[in-house]
Amino acid sequence: MPLIKNDTFVKDPWQYLGDEDNITNETDYVIVPLQRLTKEAGEFQSKISNLGAALPNDQDLQNLKPFLADVKLVALNFPKFADGRAYSQARLIREDLGFEGELRATGDVFPDQAVSMMRCGFDAFEVSENVPLETWKRAVEILNHMYQRSYAVSGDNIRM
Amino acid sequence: MAKITKGAPKALSANRLKDGIVVFLTKGKSWSEDIQDVAIAKTPEEEQALLDTGASFAAINDIVDPYLFDVEQNGSEIKAAHIREHMRTKGPSVRKDLGKQAGT
Amino acid sequence: MYRYDEFDAQFVKQRVAQFRDQTERRLSGELTEEQFRPLRLMNGLYLQLHAYMLRVAIPYGTLSSKQLRKLARIADKYDKGYGHFTTRQNIQYNWPKLKDIPDLLDELADVEMHAIQTSGNCIRNVTSDQWAGVAVDEIEDPRGYAELMRQWSTIHPEFCYLPRKFKIAITGAPNDRAAVAFHDIGIKMKKNEADEIGFEILVGGGMGRTPVVGVTIKDWLPKKELLSYIEAIMRVYNMYGRRDNKYKARIKILVMALGIEEFRNQVEAEYDKIESPEVILPGEEIGRITSYFAPPEYQKLADTDIAYEEKRKADKAFASWIATNIAKHRVPGYAIANISLKPIGGIPGDATSEQMYAIADLAERYSFSEIRVTHEQNLVLPYVAKQDLYALWQGLVKHDLATDNLSLVSDIICCPGLDYCALATARSIPVSQNISERFADIERQKDVGELKIKISGCINACGHHHAGNIGILGLDKKGEEFYQITLGGSADDNASIGEIIGPGFSSDTVVDAVEQIIEIYRDIRQHKKETFLETYRRVGPEPFKEALYATD
Repeated sequence: MPLIKNDTFVKDPWQYLGDEDNITNETDYVIVPLQRLTKEAGEFQSKISNLGAALPNDQDLQNLKPFLADVKLVALNFPKFADGRAYSQARLIREDLGFEGELRATGDVFPDQAVSMMRCGFDAFEVSENVPLETWKRAVEILNHMYQRSYAVSGDNIRM
Repeated sequence: MAKITKGAPKALSANRLKDGIVVFLTKGKSWSEDIQDVAIAKTPEEEQALLDTGASFAAINDIVDPYLFDVEQNGSEIKAAHIREHMRTKGPSVRKDLGKQAGT
Repeated sequence: MYRYDEFDAQFVKQRVAQFRDQTERRLSGELTEEQFRPLRLMNGLYLQLHAYMLRVAIPYGTLSSKQLRKLARIADKYDKGYGHFTTRQNIQYNWPKLKDIPDLLDELADVEMHAIQTSGNCIRNVTSDQWAGVAVDEIEDPRGYAELMRQWSTIHPEFCYLPRKFKIAITGAPNDRAAVAFHDIGIKMKKNEADEIGFEILVGGGMGRTPVVGVTIKDWLPKKELLSYIEAIMRVYNMYGRRDNKYKARIKILVMALGIEEFRNQVEAEYDKIESPEVILPGEEIGRITSYFAPPEYQKLADTDIAYEEKRKADKAFASWIATNIAKHRVPGYAIANISLKPIGGIPGDATSEQMYAIADLAERYSFSEIRVTHEQNLVLPYVAKQDLYALWQGLVKHDLATDNLSLVSDIICCPGLDYCALATARSIPVSQNISERFADIERQKDVGELKIKISGCINACGHHHAGNIGILGLDKKGEEFYQITLGGSADDNASIGEIIGPGFSSDTVVDAVEQIIEIYRDIRQHKKETFLETYRRVGPEPFKEALYATD
């Protein structure tokens, strides 16, 4: 999947680790499903220096809490464009749990939703192959006035 | 859309993308606002052919949401079988001056 | 009323530009219909039975003359010369073309209007009491808080992809004219024991296939905590509302599944995570916004106007309109003038462009250029001096706008039904027209007294049939239109859901059934002041059932 950060395509150093994939001393930059991470916490925390966690959008965030100090990336999922649960997860991860690492949007990530995602705390976006960067940039720039305060966005364009 | 009955004659309807107006697929594989121009399918194969043609027009963004509906034929007159689809062929029954029935 | 500043103006212009871009991408084929549908719905654009339909927001039902003129112009330029006022204080156009919508929206933006979030699974137009600011029973004008919620909910980054649509209503008066108990969140302004004004918050009300009267989640909330508390409710709903079945996706289902105690606990837990209400709603913002709703510059008038009283005595038709359509105003010498959009045999809530222009002019002359839209699909001129009532009435008569039937049999709430709506299972407008014709004699309607008939053309209940004293639901029974009657519903401060009276009626017999119900009521009421609802609540369904389904 192409990855967009700061409105440009970037090389993605991370890989997803499946439930069956073994880890070795060389394994690094892996995103692990939270469920597996919970089961094999000691193993992952001792062997891997760059660790990420992937959460389904119905996961209780309390389960992520014990790992927040160890993970550098959290990946949240939009199974469908219209399923907006991960917006709330993102805000809570940033604002309540205080996570400052990479917060990645995965799944059905559509350019017209990018601004809302950013305002909820996402800063990395896995998009489908056929999203032109130009469309993405236009969608991000076209609407920059907002009524609500939000994550990492402030200034004259924000009303409240 | 109204429920369809297996075995009943069918035609294909959709809305034009640009203006939303109700249109019907004709025998000549074009779109008409008049139900009298429709191509009628009487077998499952013919129904599939209508759906395929509809889908090809949807794919080039001429029309949206093509679907089959039951029709009745009285002599040379073609009529939608269900009231919902009949409304689409005419216009609002409470505003006879509007819609297709207005004869615009 | 609220006026856009530089920020609001820029915001709406950007939103139009965004929709123009999305529309162009759709027309060019860059976006598929599946991708475009949610985007157009977020901007109030449906594809209906005959054509596109655009729903324009009228926030908490407040309009200026200038705005109403623009709505009239849009009806002429982009539609077929009329519009339909809805139960959520919006206006719908039935025939716009997709390719014209961006231009139409630009014209709306010129008068500080838009179609943002009038559809889709987001927070919809916040509705309120149509008599806000002028009602005699009001504790405080709710419009400032409605506007705050409008701004806060507009393109809220977190709450635009909820499990289902979300409706909020607020009233500042104990007599509920905004049906708050039938909203996802209903807000009533009220005083606490220390005499401070705050809000009672109800949650989980709604109509649709599972009608529910909302329950109190917070008995009293300080004003400054309004947005943060609502944010906490929304967050719980967004994360835990059902998404597997759209018929079980409204917040009411979540509240019922958890129980109000547990739901409240979850909301309070989320509320505790929000750093401080001040972050979401800075104190100065409340003052800034509520200041827009200061009363107009009323004249100092005696409460009784002699010329007006004489006209009432002299002109019977005028006196009749006064008796039904005028409500008491909080300022001496003024009146609230209700304009019925329910002419006998007409289409409830429809207004022609000519009528809209006429009302805009009358409002300019007699009501400080302000008009209100009601959830009962009527209009209101909120600030009319009694001395001007006769001239106003004459102006209304000229445009077929002086029907003297407010809250009577023919003042029917009615959805567009199968005449326009792609979801409808039966027509609703013709039923409403036939009932209205049957009771064309206003004296007969007055003898019946207050009676709320509400008609929906499908189970989604846009015509509020669950809350009708007499509710009518149109269904499809093997291809035939067929109507189920409910009795005893009410949307007022003592809200209740109507009960199904028995087997349904055909389109030929439903009006007879309604007439029969009304005649039974006239026979059994204890006195002429006992309303239909009071009688029903006293006697229950039995006398009506007996008469309707007697087997002789």
